[in-house]
Amino acid sequence: MTDVTMTEVTLAELCIFACSEAFRANGEIIATGVGPVPRLAASLAKLTHSPELMMTDGEAYLVEQPVPIGPRGYDERKASGYLPFSRFFDSAVWTGRRHAMVTPTQLDRFGQINLSYLGGTYDKPKTQMLGVRGFPGNTIYHANSFFFPMHTARTFVSGEVDMVSGVGYNPAKRVPGGNYSDVDLRMIVTNLCVMDFGGTDNAIRVVSLHPGVTFEEVQEATGFRLEKGELTETPLPGAQALEIIASLDPHNIRASVIKDNPPARRG
Amino acid sequence: MLDKRMTMEDVVGQLSDGMTIGIGGWGPRRKPMALIRAILRSDLKDLTVVAYGGADVGMLCAAGKVKKLVFAFVSLDTIPLEPWFRKAREAGAIEVLELDEGMFQWGLKAAAFGLPFLPTRVGLGTDLAELGGLKTVQSPYADGETLVAMPALKLDAALIHVNRSDWRGNVHLFGADSYYDEWFAKAAAKTYVSCEELVDRIEDHYPDDAQLNLFERCFVSGVVHMPCGAHPSSMPPAYGWDMKAFKAYADAAREPGDWAAVADRFVGTTEQAYLESIGGKEAVAALPLPIF
Repeated sequence: MTDVTMTEVTLAELCIFACSEAFRANGEIIATGVGPVPRLAASLAKLTHSPELMMTDGEAYLVEQPVPIGPRGYDERKASGYLPFSRFFDSAVWTGRRHAMVTPTQLDRFGQINLSYLGGTYDKPKTQMLGVRGFPGNTIYHANSFFFPMHTARTFVSGEVDMVSGVGYNPAKRVPGGNYSDVDLRMIVTNLCVMDFGGTDNAIRVVSLHPGVTFEEVQEATGFRLEKGELTETPLPGAQALEIIASLDPHNIRASVIKDNPPARRG
Repeated sequence: MLDKRMTMEDVVGQLSDGMTIGIGGWGPRRKPMALIRAILRSDLKDLTVVAYGGADVGMLCAAGKVKKLVFAFVSLDTIPLEPWFRKAREAGAIEVLELDEGMFQWGLKAAAFGLPFLPTRVGLGTDLAELGGLKTVQSPYADGETLVAMPALKLDAALIHVNRSDWRGNVHLFGADSYYDEWFAKAAAKTYVSCEELVDRIEDHYPDDAQLNLFERCFVSGVVHMPCGAHPSSMPPAYGWDMKAFKAYADAAREPGDWAAVADRFVGTTEQAYLESIGGKEAVAALPLPIF
């Protein structure tokens, strides 16, 4: 790869490349990426290092050739199988054969997530959001990773999330006798860094920093104390990965994910 | 054999205040919106609504029809936050039971099988069980595992929009996904379907399509012929959702966001008037299927 290409790589592309690593060597499971970056990441993983991954067209059909995001012809997909919502819990979620990458509204030091409501109470929330969707089931049954386009203490909250919509590693939340053996939080990718849950008692740990980012900057933007991993530099995607990303996102939707679409290397 | 054909008004006439009503479909997809509009034109009130929610839930909340909502999400997909539902929630106007999507269908299955509950791991480790008053049970076997007892979601009535039916209630559901419509039908004391196409004897018209009969006619109490009956939600393969209509509906929720002042645009005085206001059957048929 030439230096010219390096300077053209965007931070969103670096994040897609970093997120795709979450899906490496997962085996024959459904890779679900919700939102442009996670979805492109899952598709990139399938088209490069992990062809055994399974995924849908976003509607109901399994595809071996990942479908591009954004406008396209309705029939521009080749179905290799069928996985509608009507059997999603039977086939993917409750059998543990899935890894989802999503963007909740809040995440706390235990990896507990929230996308239900902010502030107020269950009966009268201050800000109503989506509802818990499938997060309680996803988090107790299969692997989950997260992507956040803006790393702030409003997302990575101090204390606990307002409404615990996904299972984390909080011992106080674990009803005795329950089976939590499938709780498997894997990776967090943000516009600043890559983190995992490999710290003390599954504490969140920074494992790589995007080019030009310091650990202190990440800590400053986080509402709880972070542990330090090896702190390598997050690698940039190479020419082949960039080409695949471009082919999966012909309308350049990825350019709208991170504010001002900055380059991967800070200027 | 019983002729189950009826009008939308007949369906509403069989519902009563305080009932628990399940609504098929998923978010902005396959919603029995014509039947919802019929409820919105009626005096029905104090309903407990059980739905994977979209504009059906938003409209019923906005119109003050809902006493309690059982939900896992309410969303219009590309308009992620359903604005009228949001207003009702933030005003503290409705009681709720918030569930995980999978627990929700598990509750419908418990109801379908006449069980008080079905056990699940889902909900443990989250706020759902405590906030929703869900209890746990312990496995009586050697593992002794503690599980959430997902209570049956028994429905007094279910409303479902299907692709085809005959007058006996033999239905065909097709399109990419039928979501949990069959379980709504089986969880309900009475299920009323609206259909895009009504035929006399389905075996004479579509003898090769019997596998599309996703629930049997013993689960169908009434059949309403209502082409375009899912609009503005999608009904593949016949038509996609009407994002322009959803945007207008969402915009109308902005301040002052008074439902009474805008309801006529989204409900109409009659279904015929509503259909004409959106450009008729041709306009609906021309709505492209959504790309995901």
